[in-house]
Amino acid sequence: MNVPEDLRYTQSHEWVRLEDDGTVVIGITDHAQEQLGDLVFVETPEIDSEVESEAAVAVVESVKAASDIYAPVAGSIIDANADLADEPELVNTDPYGKGWLYKMNPTDATEIEQLFDAESYKGFVSEQA
Amino acid sequence: MKNTPLYQQHVHAGGKLVEFGGWQLPIHYGSLVDEHLAVRSAAGVFDVSHMTIVDFSGPDAKDYLRRVLCNDVATLNEPGTAMYSCMLNQQGGIIDDLIVYFIEDNSYRMVVNAATREKDLAWFSNQSANFDVQITEQPDLAMIAVQGPEAIAIASELLPKALEQSAVELGRFQSVWNNQWFVATTGYTGEAGYEIALPADDAPAFWESLLKAGVKACGLGARDTLRLEAGMNLYGTDMTEKDTPLSSGLAWTVAWQPEDRNFIGRGALTEQRAAGVSHKLVGYVLEGKGVLRSGQLLFKGEEEIGIITSGTFSPTLKQSVAFARVKSEFAADCEVQIRKNRLPVRCVSRVFVRNGQPAPAVV
Repeated sequence: MNVPEDLRYTQSHEWVRLEDDGTVVIGITDHAQEQLGDLVFVETPEIDSEVESEAAVAVVESVKAASDIYAPVAGSIIDANADLADEPELVNTDPYGKGWLYKMNPTDATEIEQLFDAESYKGFVSEQA
Repeated sequence: MKNTPLYQQHVHAGGKLVEFGGWQLPIHYGSLVDEHLAVRSAAGVFDVSHMTIVDFSGPDAKDYLRRVLCNDVATLNEPGTAMYSCMLNQQGGIIDDLIVYFIEDNSYRMVVNAATREKDLAWFSNQSANFDVQITEQPDLAMIAVQGPEAIAIASELLPKALEQSAVELGRFQSVWNNQWFVATTGYTGEAGYEIALPADDAPAFWESLLKAGVKACGLGARDTLRLEAGMNLYGTDMTEKDTPLSSGLAWTVAWQPEDRNFIGRGALTEQRAAGVSHKLVGYVLEGKGVLRSGQLLFKGEEEIGIITSGTFSPTLKQSVAFARVKSEFAADCEVQIRKNRLPVRCVSRVFVRNGQPAPAVV
């Protein structure tokens, strides 16, 4: 299981990367993509929408099931990965890179510090197994 | 939870195990899509040991099955021939769907679903009071399905020598057997291949020999997407006891002739046919992006006209397909509600793919 040290993580298996400009990039973890299997469709969030923390903002669908993707923090959606419309499998092949889902401008950047770090996310996943 | 004789093989191959009808079985071994495409282009193997095998014999076996099944076993004349049928209650509701094989005079084998095992066995028993028939479950047999355009060529060479030649010569929906090995050209994928019942002790070695010959191990996930593409119903999902064969795309399984065969449910079906069937099971293709799923509602204008019973992304067609039960007068193009959106769907035959190729009406 690949869990990069420099990211934060949620209980719903999103990863969150804080950029230098204060925005955040969100995707799903390697563990999540492996559990979901081959992804065939991604519904990315509406750009410019304001969302609460833990709001369902996107959907990833494998052959067998649809899963909601949640906002890790409150804020506004500022970008979404348009490549996923034609290549949803990028989430499987490169979950922390080309398979990113969307970007947010968080209302309160300190909320991010309350998310799991890599060590605690690994612990959380092994407890669930 | 029960394990099949192939449990160790699934664990060893990295199968992701899930509970299905009381059994622990693999949903996939890594990639459902790869498994699905292997069956369409070459060969895949499924552990279907959870399926329930029941043998019927005795002086009244034939008359009993002509009463219990809506298809007519009297039309099976050659030993080894098989047919698909539903078993109905008095209201015409489907108790289960099944395949029945004619072994010899007054001897038949039946394969029914795992999830319906207990109610089926109870029903068989309850209906047998006035018949001299022995009903024997065969829980010690494993069952392996090998499916795909290369399945017969590969698997036949790995069968016991006594069956090798006769298995190659089988037409569709036929069977041969030797000792405890039973080989049938039936399946649930829309491809050629075998369903093989065999002693549990022989199953692991046969499974391993298939994998060694290049056949891909496939899980329940691919089994479901393959059967949906092939236009085959799943009991409990596409039909239940609330549905009849006439509202489930299975009118062809009802043998109305001869008229004096009084199969269970005949009266109710006759009334339904005369009154007109209110709902139909039809196929839909989503032209745009997204995935049709069981439970999504269909609309014509503002009127709700039906519900999707099974939906999936089709690995062969690279778009989403579904079965839906709709009001008969609206069995046409319409819109599906997916979350906040209404998207157009095209009404087509439920057979989306056959023998590896998209059905002409779908493309």
